[in-house]
Amino acid sequence: MRSVTKRFGGVLALSDVSFDVPEGQVLGVIGPNGAGKTTLLNCISGVNRLDGGEVHFAGQRISGRRPYEVARLGIGRTFQIVKPFASMTVRENAAVGAVFGSAQARMATAAAFRYADEVLDLVGLAPKRSLPVGSLTVPDRKRLEVARALCTKPRLLLLDEVMSGLNAVEVDEALEMVRRVHSSGVTIMLIEHVMRVIVGVCAQAVVLHLGRVLVAGQPAEVLRDRRVVEAYLGERYASRHAVGGSG
Amino acid sequence: MASATRAGTRSGAVAEPSPLLEVRGLTAGFGAGPVLFGVDLSVREGQLLALIGANGAGKSTLLGVISGLVSPSSGRVRFAGQDITGAAPERIVALGLAHVPQGRRLFATMSVRKNLLLGAYRRKLGRADSELERVLGLFPQLKDKLGRDAGMLSGGEQQMVAIGRGLMARPRLLMMDEPSLGLAPIVVERVVEVAREINREGTSVLLVEQDVMIALEAADYAYVLENGRIALGGPAAELQDDTRIRAAYLGV
Repeated sequence: MRSVTKRFGGVLALSDVSFDVPEGQVLGVIGPNGAGKTTLLNCISGVNRLDGGEVHFAGQRISGRRPYEVARLGIGRTFQIVKPFASMTVRENAAVGAVFGSAQARMATAAAFRYADEVLDLVGLAPKRSLPVGSLTVPDRKRLEVARALCTKPRLLLLDEVMSGLNAVEVDEALEMVRRVHSSGVTIMLIEHVMRVIVGVCAQAVVLHLGRVLVAGQPAEVLRDRRVVEAYLGERYASRHAVGGSG
Repeated sequence: MASATRAGTRSGAVAEPSPLLEVRGLTAGFGAGPVLFGVDLSVREGQLLALIGANGAGKSTLLGVISGLVSPSSGRVRFAGQDITGAAPERIVALGLAHVPQGRRLFATMSVRKNLLLGAYRRKLGRADSELERVLGLFPQLKDKLGRDAGMLSGGEQQMVAIGRGLMARPRLLMMDEPSLGLAPIVVERVVEVAREINREGTSVLLVEQDVMIALEAADYAYVLENGRIALGGPAAELQDDTRIRAAYLGV
């Protein structure tokens, strides 16, 4: 991402945001509400058009392309508000991703279902593949959202708060799932409020605040950075507790 | 420590007065799953209580359940000796519990006066006039703006109208959800000062505030909400030095 800028009316949602997601990494994006995290995902996946800057993926410029084009180039994403096809089964929902996914996916029906089964196994939904999606619990709906994106065979997977609304045990299970997906060879960029997730799976964390990159680096260091403590808890708390220098 | 000692001397002979607001084992959420997991919280009469916690911790949902806007899946809410779990919001207001919502939620194309009077729609109009006097005493800068559309005021003034509208119901407990959101630092100080003034005049206050130190300096008692659970609770002055607050926000 190079100098990515996005405005909504008079509000600067993203301002001059630049960073790289190295192939093979899990990178976390955090930041207080309104920091611009989801807008950033929307700018990468083609949902929002940029007002400035560029996004490149695997050597190609992708900013300005449509969401389906970005998906075909190999970027899969999930949404915070999951919207599965309600009248279809878990397996059918996943297979949709394989039929209409990246150039590597785009499978015929039988192959799509076979691939959907593999992916459902990876995310831990295999035993429930024949159920209608309406009967799924919240954590399972989140898993299905990841499966649908994975079925497009992405090289880069964008996850938007897939842990929200999960309890501690479910977060642990979801963390395991992210690790399995990562070790299957997918690069991951995830947005998360649950800090345990950032520390648990991310090699790098980028903190957005008011549309700008505030700090980037190793998660454990980033979360101790004074500027991050200020952004989350206020300047006076940060100075009272004399938290360490600026990373 | 101090509170334990006080409770100790009182134990036996006289029972501790029951809290004005008592939340027990509250679990609630929306379609995406639970946001609150077994929350316990109480506000004593006369207290200024701060509720802090990171974004997404469940603060607004908790206020929504208390004021009847969100139905809990389990747990109880008691206010002024009555069970108000799942009661209609207007009944809860009539019992003396007012909610100043996040983002102010004023009627932008209605006058400031009408916005304020709406807060007193459960009351007799004659009473509302005297209540209006009281609110204008607290916010004198609104006096010459009563005829203006609320949407034309500055953010800080709009927040005063939102708080004033809550006060028009003459509540025993006023809940304020991030009243300083989006306001300039000097206005933030003023908003918190207003919360203290309201409290000094005898109204109990539950304040949700994003700036931790500002909240802890204003409040008597505070709770920290983390991922839908109460992570910490204690006298606000003691929590000022508690590094676990940072852990509740940032995990480290």
